[in-house]
Amino acid sequence: MKNQWPLWEVFIRSQHGLAHRHVGSLHAPDATMAINNARDVYTRRNEGVSIWVVKSVDITASNPADKAELFDPAQSKVYRHPTFFPMPEEVKGL
Amino acid sequence: MYAQMVDTGTPSSATIDAREARFQQRIDDGIRIEPQDWMPERYRKTLIRQISQHAHSEIVGQLPEGNWITRAPSLKRKAILLAKVQDEAGHGLYLYSAAETLGISRDQMVDDLHAGRAKYSSIFNYPTLTWADVGAIGWLVDGSAIMNQIPLCRCSYGPYARAMIRVCKEEAFHMRQGYDLMLALARGTAAQKAMAQDALNRWWWPSLMMFGPPDGDSVHSAQSQAWKIKLFTNDELRQKMVDQTVPQAEHLGLTIPDPDLKWNAERGHYDFGAIDWDEFYNVVKGNGPCNRERLETRRKAWDDGEWFRDALVAHAEKAAQRAAAKAA
Amino acid sequence: MRTARCEYLLRFGDNALILSQRLGEWCGKGPALEEDMALTNTALDLLGQARLWLSLAAEAAGDGADEDTLAYLRDDREFRNVLLVEQPNGGYADTLVRQFLFDAWASLALRQLLGSRDAAIAAIAEKAVKEVSYHLRRTSDLVVRLGDGTERSHALMQTALDALWPYHHELFIGDAVDAEMVAAGIGFDPASLRDAWLSYVREVLAEASLTMPAAGGWAPKGGKQGLHSEHLSRLLAEMQVLPRSHPGARW
Repeated sequence: MKNQWPLWEVFIRSQHGLAHRHVGSLHAPDATMAINNARDVYTRRNEGVSIWVVKSVDITASNPADKAELFDPAQSKVYRHPTFFPMPEEVKGL
Repeated sequence: MYAQMVDTGTPSSATIDAREARFQQRIDDGIRIEPQDWMPERYRKTLIRQISQHAHSEIVGQLPEGNWITRAPSLKRKAILLAKVQDEAGHGLYLYSAAETLGISRDQMVDDLHAGRAKYSSIFNYPTLTWADVGAIGWLVDGSAIMNQIPLCRCSYGPYARAMIRVCKEEAFHMRQGYDLMLALARGTAAQKAMAQDALNRWWWPSLMMFGPPDGDSVHSAQSQAWKIKLFTNDELRQKMVDQTVPQAEHLGLTIPDPDLKWNAERGHYDFGAIDWDEFYNVVKGNGPCNRERLETRRKAWDDGEWFRDALVAHAEKAAQRAAAKAA
Repeated sequence: MRTARCEYLLRFGDNALILSQRLGEWCGKGPALEEDMALTNTALDLLGQARLWLSLAAEAAGDGADEDTLAYLRDDREFRNVLLVEQPNGGYADTLVRQFLFDAWASLALRQLLGSRDAAIAAIAEKAVKEVSYHLRRTSDLVVRLGDGTERSHALMQTALDALWPYHHELFIGDAVDAEMVAAGIGFDPASLRDAWLSYVREVLAEASLTMPAAGGWAPKGGKQGLHSEHLSRLLAEMQVLPRSHPGARW
């Protein structure tokens, strides 16, 4: 198919949000139009104050087959969580 | 979502069976399948067919109601209808995007639709003859769609489920605006009331047909249910829709055009009359009142717009070249 | 007999209403899904503005009218929009050029109204100016891209520009109503916007590699006085059909 508009992934940060969330994708010929199109498609119900667009081909994702290697080790490192360390209740500021 | 991935090579047939079993286990455990996960080829193909058909329905579905935008009888109704029809475009867009994660391009799907290789929901092949039809569609057709779509928010394929969540949020407004429109007519002049009844007469049976053939005749159902991409049967959803809609029609003071419609206390559901499946299959085959017109309209919009799409690509390329030349 | 202020409000309301009506004709038929949605957003913005202007005009008229009585029960002779906005959609190039020429004017006009002594008018302007800023940014960008796109897009845009250019003159012609509004500190002199408009449009057209049509030539007008092209009554026949065939009905 000739002359397709590339696919872009759209990320929106809401008014009270702290991070941009992936909301979907759309087609646009370049970045400026991707932003404008994202505004017109994905913010009609006051969903956001900030838009990021990234060409889909530019996203590198972790390989699902590597899930065990990449993510399981974190499960056993419980000492990274504050709740692992019981603190004396009488002592403040810990 | 697309991603750059390392090619893991082709597995042996023993590995495939084990993979398929693991795949089914994930679904049974309620874990979502995502775009780069391994999936049986039939799962991928079925999803592409289902999601793209859904997307096409939204896009073609803009046309029957779009027909009344320029004639909406109040500025408020005009604004509501514009927003609703725009939402349908958005839904099509979200769904095409979900389908694209499975390895098909939007342009390919659009080409399939225009060439008559892809299907869309039969309901949109009926004409909107009066303003009341706009209300009937919102009330009955969107009402039915919601019934089908809410369970899909829990379907096994991540991008489809997430698209459905977004669609469902917006769809609730669609049904309400339809019912609100019907309420205004039902409470209006005798002519308005007659208009509403006439619309219900013409849209009732096609709306029931929308759920698809009876369970016995439905080819793909069982596997789709195991894969959690179809969560209720056609007949289940159809019954649910009838049960929900009868009281709504009563509230409007309108009569559902089915002399066999009757509450069955034993079953706890409404019994309803026989559906003319010949009409359904005929419409699906392409012989409904508006099939040719609907497709022709979409083809024309696409063809007439080619210069626009091509020009934007050309400009983007020129701009990129100029930027590169400047940087050099 | 309407007051000058009422007349003035109708002009802004009718411009927005008729243009919105034209854009609504494209819904579901645009050249790309994303573009279809963007144009519909513009139609919705304009319709919202029209409703604000017409509601205010109805209030000013004081005869029990509301936005719908004004929209659906006036004949073309009573409409006060400029001829530009009632021109048929044509192809997408014609629609975009019409929109661009209008957006460039509306952006300037609404900025003038921000300083109106009439608080209600200034309030509408404040809301509308944000919407119109986005419209202008969008259409300017598209004019550049399509003017400097392919040979075909360039030709379509140039043809559209040549055809619609004569309708820009009316935007800058003032009359007694404008004069009265200026004197009251409520409105602006249309002629005062001409240079800024030409300057902005010239810049965009240059970047688009489009040729600005020659000065002078045919300058159709009359819309503000109710003398319209043949297009308006046909547009209204479609727009107004239901309330007119069901007098008194509520929808």
